[in-house]
Amino acid sequence: MTNSIILVWLLFLPFLGGWLSWQVERYSRTLPRWIALITMLTVLGISLWLWFTGDYTLSTPSTTPQWALEYKAEWIPSFGISFHLGLDGLSLLLVILTNLLGVMAIGCSWREIDRYVGFFHLNLMWNLAGVVGVFLALDMFLFFFFWEMMLVPMYFLIALWGHSMPGGKSRVYAATKFFIFTQFSGLIMLLAILALVFLHHQGTGVWSFGYMDLLSTAQGLDPKIAWWLMLGFFIAFAVKMPIVPFHTWLPDAHGMAPTAGSVDLAGILLKTAAYGLLRFGIPFFPQASHDFAPVAMSFAVLGILYGAVVAFSQTDIKRLIAYTSISHMGFVVLGIYAGTTEALQGVVIQMIAHGLSAGALFILCGEIYERLHTRDLTKMGGLWARFPYLPPIMLFFSAASLGLPGLGNFVGEFLILAGSFKVAPLFAILSASGLILAAVYSLILVQKAFHGKPREDGYGAHLQDLSKRELAMMGLLMALLLGMGLYPQPVLNTSATAMKTVELQYQSAAATAVLSVPAR
Amino acid sequence: MNHAMTTQQLTALLPLILATLTTVVVMLTIAFKRQHRLIAAMTMVGLNLALLSLGPVLLAANGQPIELTPLLIVDGYAIFYMGLLLVTALGVLTLCHAYFEGYAGNREELYLLLAMATLGALVMACSRHFASFFIGLELLSIPLYAMVAYPVRDSRALEGGMKYLVLSGTASAFMLFGIALLYAETGALGFAEIAGKLAAGRPGILLAGAAMILSGVAFKLSAVPFHLWTSDVYEASPAPVSAFLATVSKAAMFVVVYRLFVNVGLFRHPLALQALTWVAVASMVVGNLLALRQDNVKRILAYSSIAQFGYLLVALVASGGRATEAAGIFLLTYIVTALGVFGVMTLVSSPMKDRDVEHIEQLRGLFWKRPYLSSIMTTMLLSLAGIPLTAGFVGKFYLISVGVDTKQWLLMGAVVAGSAIGLYYYLRVMIMMFQPIPVRERVSEPLNWVQHSGGAMLMAAMALVLVIGVYPEPFLNLIRASTLALR
Repeated sequence: MTNSIILVWLLFLPFLGGWLSWQVERYSRTLPRWIALITMLTVLGISLWLWFTGDYTLSTPSTTPQWALEYKAEWIPSFGISFHLGLDGLSLLLVILTNLLGVMAIGCSWREIDRYVGFFHLNLMWNLAGVVGVFLALDMFLFFFFWEMMLVPMYFLIALWGHSMPGGKSRVYAATKFFIFTQFSGLIMLLAILALVFLHHQGTGVWSFGYMDLLSTAQGLDPKIAWWLMLGFFIAFAVKMPIVPFHTWLPDAHGMAPTAGSVDLAGILLKTAAYGLLRFGIPFFPQASHDFAPVAMSFAVLGILYGAVVAFSQTDIKRLIAYTSISHMGFVVLGIYAGTTEALQGVVIQMIAHGLSAGALFILCGEIYERLHTRDLTKMGGLWARFPYLPPIMLFFSAASLGLPGLGNFVGEFLILAGSFKVAPLFAILSASGLILAAVYSLILVQKAFHGKPREDGYGAHLQDLSKRELAMMGLLMALLLGMGLYPQPVLNTSATAMKTVELQYQSAAATAVLSVPAR
Repeated sequence: MNHAMTTQQLTALLPLILATLTTVVVMLTIAFKRQHRLIAAMTMVGLNLALLSLGPVLLAANGQPIELTPLLIVDGYAIFYMGLLLVTALGVLTLCHAYFEGYAGNREELYLLLAMATLGALVMACSRHFASFFIGLELLSIPLYAMVAYPVRDSRALEGGMKYLVLSGTASAFMLFGIALLYAETGALGFAEIAGKLAAGRPGILLAGAAMILSGVAFKLSAVPFHLWTSDVYEASPAPVSAFLATVSKAAMFVVVYRLFVNVGLFRHPLALQALTWVAVASMVVGNLLALRQDNVKRILAYSSIAQFGYLLVALVASGGRATEAAGIFLLTYIVTALGVFGVMTLVSSPMKDRDVEHIEQLRGLFWKRPYLSSIMTTMLLSLAGIPLTAGFVGKFYLISVGVDTKQWLLMGAVVAGSAIGLYYYLRVMIMMFQPIPVRERVSEPLNWVQHSGGAMLMAAMALVLVIGVYPEPFLNLIRASTLALR
C-alpha cells in the first residue's frame, strides 16, 4: 500500500516529540508539556484516521493472518532481520488505546510532575513509542527490540518520579524489581525466538526473523520442541501480564510509580503481554498451547481469585487497584486460552475497557494523593462531603471495574465467560465468582474512601475539586466506557477478522489433537 | 624457507615496526625534553601512523594471509584486531592525557609504557606460534605492572602493582610449563605444527599441558576461579590504566587464544570444553553476584568485566563458524563500551587527585551537573547490561544466537541468569547519577582544555555504541569479511 509509511510515523513521532520536549526544557517549564501533548494528539489523530478510513474486515478469514497495512525495509539482511511493521484490527485497537492513554498520562501529570519536566516527557513518550512498536512489529527481532526498549523509560519513570513509601521500600527498589523480572523473562523468550530462527534455518536454509516465515516453521514443529518453545514465550508474557505466581513486581511498581506511570503500566504495558499471546504465543504453537490450556486456565482462575482477595485486604489505594488489575488480567488469560471467537472478542473488549477504567482509577488516585498527601484508605473516609465531583466519578469507574452492565468491562467479562463456558465450564464457573469478589473490593474502596464521617486532617472541610482539565479527561473516559458498554459493535467489527484467525489456528490444533488419538 | 623478506612481508610488518619506533623515539625524547603534552602527542602520532599503516597492509595482503617467519601471520583476522587494539590504545591515551595532567611526579614515562604494552598486544594479534605468543604476552604484561603502580607514592597503587606482578608472574609460569609439556610431546611450538603432531603425543600429558595453558589464559581474562586479583588491581590502578587492563590487555589475550582454539584441536577436546564451560558459567554467575554488594564503582566494573568475559567464553566453547563473528562483534561492542565506562570514570576523576572518584555516592546527581558525561555513562551501562538500541545488545544477541545454534543450554541459562543479576548493579550505578541533588545547579561544568580530547573520544564511543546498536549490518559485514580465515 502506498500510505504504509504512516506506520513509521506512528512510531517515530513520539520518539521525536519526546526528544524535543527534553531539548526545550531549558527554555520553559510548560513548553515540554505542550509539545508532548500535541505530539500525542497528532498520533492519536493518525491512528483514529486509520480506523475510520481503513477496512479491517477481510472477507475470508483463514489461518494465515492478513494485514491491512504493511511496511517493510531491510535492516540486518545478513541475519534475515527486517524493519517490518504490520497493522490489523487487533493492533489498531491497541495502538489507539495506547495513544489515548498517552494523552491522558500527559494530562494527568500536568501538575503532578514539577521536577525535570522535559526528561519526564522524554521517558513517557519513548515508552509509549516502544509499546506502539510492540503492537506493530512483524519481525521477531524488532518485536524483541521494542519489548525490551519500553523497559528503560518505564524504569526511569518509576525510579525518578515515583513515591517512596514512608518507612517502606524505595521506588528504586520497585523499579529495579520491575526491570529484572521483565528482563529475565524477556531473555528466556529471546532464547525461544532464536531457537525458532535456527530451526527455520535448518528447515529452509534461509535466515529469517519474519513473522510469517517463522509462523509456518513453528506450526510444523516436533511437538516436544514446540512445547518448550511455547513455554519460553509463555513465561515472558506471564510475567508481564502478570499471571499469579509471577506477579509480585506489579503491586510494588504501581505503589511507587507516579500517576502517569501507573496509567501507562496498567492501561498499556500489561496489554502487550496479552497481545503477545494472541499474536505469537497461540498462533506459533497452537497445538502446544492447546495442550497447555488447562494449566494456563488454572493460573487464570488462581489470578482472578487471588487478585480479588488480596485487593480486598489492601489499605494502599494504588496497591488495591494494582491487585484488581491482576484479577482482571486473569479473565484475559482465560479468554485467550478458551480460544472461541466469543471469548477472544471478549478479551479485546476487556483489554480496552480495563485499560480505560484502570487508567481512570489511577488518575483519580493521583488526584486524591495530590490533595490529601496520603494513599492510605484508613486515613480517608467521608470524602464524599468534601468534593462535589471526584467521588461520584470514582464510583462510576469502580462500578465499571466490578462489571456493571452497561459499561465496557461487563461486555468483556460476559463474552469471555460465555465463550469459555463452552470449552471449559468448570473454569468459567470458578472465574465467574471473581465477579462477586470484584463487587466486594470495588465497593469497599468506595465505602472506605468516601463514606463515613469526614476526617479532620488539616486540609480543610472542602478540598479543591477536579479542574476543568481533569473533568474533561474523566468525562471522555466515562463516555468511552459507556459507549463500549452500550454499543461495542464497532470495536468488535474491527477485531473480528484478527480474532477469527486466531480461533481458526487454535481450532485446527484441537481438531488434529482429536484426530491423532485413534492413530496411536 | 627463504629468510630474505619480500616487500610484501615488510609492508605487513609496518604496524609492528611503527609501534616499535614509537617506543624508541618516545624514550629518546623523554631523555632530552620532558614535556607532558609533547610526549603524549608524539605517542599519539606514532600509534596513529601504525593504525594508518594497516591500509597498505590490507592492500599488500589482498585477501591472502601473509606469513612472516614461522612466528607471525598477518591475515584479515590479525589486521582487524590490530586495528581494534590500536584504536582502543589511542582511546586510553587520550584519557591518560586528561588524567595525568594532575599528577605531581614524572608523567612522561607512562606513554612509553603504554606504547610498549600496545606493541605486545599487536604481536599477540598476529602470533601463530607459542614463542611469539609468550613474547607478546610478556611485552604486554611487564609494562602493565609499572602502569598499575605508576603513582608510586600511593601505597594502594604500589600494592596493586605488586599483587598483579606476583600473580601474573605465577600465571605466566603455569603457561610456560604447559607450553613445555606440549613441546615435549610434539616437538613443535607453532600452532599448526602442534595440531599436526597431536596424534603422536600421549593424551594425558597433552591435556595436562592444555589445562596449564588454559589456567594462565583464564588468569589474564580474569575468569573465575582465577579472578581474585581483578577487583583489587582495578581499584588500585589509576582509572585510565584500569581502562587499559579491561580492554586492550584482555582483548589481546582473547584474540590469540581464539586462534589457538581454532587451529589446535587439542583445546576442543571434550574435557577441555567441559572445563571451559564451567569456567564460563562460574565467571558469569560469580562475577555478577560479587558485583552486587560493592559500593566502589571501579570494583563493580571489575566484576562486571569478569562476567562479560564469561559471556565471551561462549564463543570460545563454540569456536569456529559463526562463533568467530560472534566473538568479533562481542569484543568490539565490549571494548567500545568498557572504554566509555572507564573513560567517564577517568574524566570525573580528572585531573588526578589523591583518590579517584570511585564511590557510588560520589556519582549522586551527576546528571544534573554534567549531563553529557552522565548520558555517556548511562548509555554505556545500558550497553553492558545488553539493552536494545545499544551495542551491547547486538553483541549479546549474537553470542546467544551462537549458543542456541550449538545447543549450549547450560551456558545459555547462565547468560540469562547472569544478565538478570547484572541488571541490578548496572541500574544501581545508573540511577545514582539521576538522583536529585539538594542544590539545583543545572549548568554543566565547563570542560577545561585538557579534557577536550578525552571528551571527544567519549562522544565518539557513545555514537559508535548507538550506531552499532541501531544499524549493526556494516560492522557485521566488516567482521565477517575479516575473519573468514578462522571460520
